[in-house]
Amino acid sequence: MKFLDEYRDQKLAQQLVEEIHRVQTRPWVIMEVCGGQTHSIVKHGLDQMLPPGLELVHGPGCPVCVTSLEMIDKAHAIARRPDVIFCSFGDMLRVPGSNGDLFTLKAQGADVRVVYTPLDCLKLARQFPQKQVVFFAIGFETTAPANAMLVARARAEGLSNLSVLVSHVMVPPAIANILQSPHNRVQGFLGPGHVCAIMGYREYEPIASRFKVPIVITGFEPLDILQGTLMTVRQLERGEHRVENQYARILGRDGNPGARQVVFEVFEVSDRKWRGVGAIPKSGYKLRWEYRDHDAERKFEVKDVDTTEPAECISGQILKGIKKPHDCPAFGGVCTPLHPLGATMVSAEGACAAYYAYGRHLTQGAHP
Amino acid sequence: MCLAIPGKIISAFEQRGLPMARVQFGPITREACLAYTPEAGVGDYVLVHVGFAISCVNAAEAERTYRALEELNQLGELEAPVVGGGGEAA
Repeated sequence: MKFLDEYRDQKLAQQLVEEIHRVQTRPWVIMEVCGGQTHSIVKHGLDQMLPPGLELVHGPGCPVCVTSLEMIDKAHAIARRPDVIFCSFGDMLRVPGSNGDLFTLKAQGADVRVVYTPLDCLKLARQFPQKQVVFFAIGFETTAPANAMLVARARAEGLSNLSVLVSHVMVPPAIANILQSPHNRVQGFLGPGHVCAIMGYREYEPIASRFKVPIVITGFEPLDILQGTLMTVRQLERGEHRVENQYARILGRDGNPGARQVVFEVFEVSDRKWRGVGAIPKSGYKLRWEYRDHDAERKFEVKDVDTTEPAECISGQILKGIKKPHDCPAFGGVCTPLHPLGATMVSAEGACAAYYAYGRHLTQGAHP
Repeated sequence: MCLAIPGKIISAFEQRGLPMARVQFGPITREACLAYTPEAGVGDYVLVHVGFAISCVNAAEAERTYRALEELNQLGELEAPVVGGGGEAA
């Protein structure tokens, strides 16, 4: 397909790899921020094509992974109600809470439905006025315009039986959190292409200059990732720390202002707890007060639940680029995609799940 | 989760006041909301995420990036420029 297949060209990929080998003179650690990038890297073995000493570590950009256990337990408490049709993106269904997942609840009779787009919930709310339709509004900035539009339309149409359980997260505070860690190893970033399609990349510029790290906004195809890596390595080798845009066919510096306008009509910035990482100040969105009638947490008065993650899980360190899946004794043994212990195994875009899906649990630490 | 796919708008219509389109992704066609890409029309390529077009694919930039990648080729010592193609400056 146009604009897609071209970016999977093997010969060009090989040339990019050769150029990276030529440019790199010292060891560097680069983090790809997005789970989608991680998945593409592991699927195509891109990290294994890079020179020794050039290490890709995998970032926190998988919203399914980082949705807190408390929020998942709240989702389950709401989904169990007989008056509720609980709607979610498909990726959330297998994510375990303290007590099973949404698939299990569905098998037990809960009305849990996978939607292709949040707008599908409007149809359900109109079709079943006697039911409460609840949408699990998770995601990074990429997904926020779609979720915000759902809430705006629900309010405009007066659909009082439609509410959202909001667990939105933002990339820049997570990057800053990683860079502030005393154990930080990350020296450059492949920035989140689709997040920046909405947000633009102005907000990354102060991060790049404050922490002296190059940030290259990068796409998701193999050639995008290799070119983003090359651009990052070039900056590192020259001692530069700028924001660059590899993904210019999709976004400019300002992103999509029209989409942002709707996002900030509906949402405001709030503190957010990340699975595996903990609380990060001002790292998420919550509904604005004007939209409180569509807030599922208010409507169903779900209480905060005390939760604990398994002690042996190192997903928090993996999400910060401090460790990798092979550093965990549970990886591929006790912890698998069918029985995940923590954040990075619960979704296909988590680093552990991606390593497992492409057979890396069978090879011990093949690459640094 | 931030998966977004480029597709071509094959028709546009309105649904309850929202601008919508049918978008073709290879052999598959799906509906997408155009509220965030008001500049997009039939024949344009848009990037679609969870049923919303979030960006118009910039064909000139796509071409430029791709040409830049192809030109890496010409830095290589073994590859000679192919006659009749790829030799122009981006």
